[in-house]
Amino acid sequence: MALKGNLRDYTITHLFRLINLAQKTGTLIVDGPNEKVLVSFREGKLAYAQAGQEDNSLVTILYQAKKLTAPQYRALKERAGNMSDKELGLLLVNANYINQQDILASLQNHFVAIVNRLFTWVEGFFRFESDLLPPEDKITVRVNLENIIIEGARQLHELEQLQDEIPNLDIALKFADRPGANIRNFNLSMDEWQVVRYINPKNTIRQIARATKMSDLQIRKIVYALLQAGLVELVRPEGAPRPAPPPQIAGRIPVSQPNPEEQRSLINRLINRIRSL
Amino acid sequence: MQTVKMVVTGPFNAGKTEFIRSVSEIDVVSTERKISTESERVKETTTVAMDFGRITVDEDLVLYLFGTPGQKRFDFMWEILSEGMLGFVVMVDSARPETFREARSILETFRAYAPTPYVVAANKQDREDAWEIDDMRIALRLDPKIKLLPCVATEKEMVKNVLLELLYSILADMESKGGG
Repeated sequence: MALKGNLRDYTITHLFRLINLAQKTGTLIVDGPNEKVLVSFREGKLAYAQAGQEDNSLVTILYQAKKLTAPQYRALKERAGNMSDKELGLLLVNANYINQQDILASLQNHFVAIVNRLFTWVEGFFRFESDLLPPEDKITVRVNLENIIIEGARQLHELEQLQDEIPNLDIALKFADRPGANIRNFNLSMDEWQVVRYINPKNTIRQIARATKMSDLQIRKIVYALLQAGLVELVRPEGAPRPAPPPQIAGRIPVSQPNPEEQRSLINRLINRIRSL
Repeated sequence: MQTVKMVVTGPFNAGKTEFIRSVSEIDVVSTERKISTESERVKETTTVAMDFGRITVDEDLVLYLFGTPGQKRFDFMWEILSEGMLGFVVMVDSARPETFREARSILETFRAYAPTPYVVAANKQDREDAWEIDDMRIALRLDPKIKLLPCVATEKEMVKNVLLELLYSILADMESKGGG
């Protein structure tokens, strides 16, 4: 049966915890708004990760990790283009370019960096394929998920705190009435200025996020900072309907409580009755 | 006439009304209304106050099954419904992981209202996209001692099994406390 869902509701941290505890083997495929990431696991440990169409070849990873110089990288790209990562790794170790530990550490850092990027995603669909394993020619690692989960949980905690502070993105912002305060006198970042440009009771926070191409986490961080600085206030968007009053509470039905001595017999009577249904 | 009750709770659209309907000897007294919140428009109607079904045990004893309203803004009803219950069933839609966190929160709320035994029913297990029971246990952070039971709320035998498992848990709980 499927292990799939939406990241908005079931986070990467939760998924990793599940994969770790259930010691799963397979590949988690996450389709985000802008890219697709594949993360493979072997018995609950991180084995491999690939982000979108990024160059995931060993030679590129080693060059990015500064284990190869630019001339070495160019030479290897030209001459070893047809070699698999495993063959290339062996060649590099035998030629004393690099040792095995450096190769594994570089790969590990690369895969963990891809995974860490996932923790900032709040949108996207995921599915876990137990039959899908990393390509045969790729070198895999074995990284415990605990530390990765702790780091992810930190990021998630930050997001959750922000969600508590600003639970609803369908609310608008207006500049606070603060005599003497002029927004131009504050040191705002480029991103904050981008948001400030759209502040108007007609625009919801969600609409501002869309206009500025920001994620939910990014927009919440900025709005929270502006709220904390007392520059803006949350307001109901202009034209939004007012919530309906709650309905009347239905009358209670009196339910009697049997004493402890009677309960065993009572439960057994219930069991017999339900069996006979 | 003695009456006892069990509560069937869970997130919106978890299948609580169907569950009760499958075993109730009366047509479920339902307080369904058309859904007003766009984001919750997975189905046309939802329970706004409570559902209740009835199982007559004998001429002296009646079991009422109460279903809580699924939409969060009616959670003021929960405390009233949990008063005096023998135990409760938490229904979870196995195919909607987005509701797992809410299910966990409902479970904790009910446990706080009344420390009675409970079981968790992993409903809609017949759906192709349903999560596996073991995965759901981890996702819901359920203690291994808590029963997580596969369920299809429209299938009477599975509903009976959930209720029986709850009753066995109640019996075991009484024995562990030295009652009865």
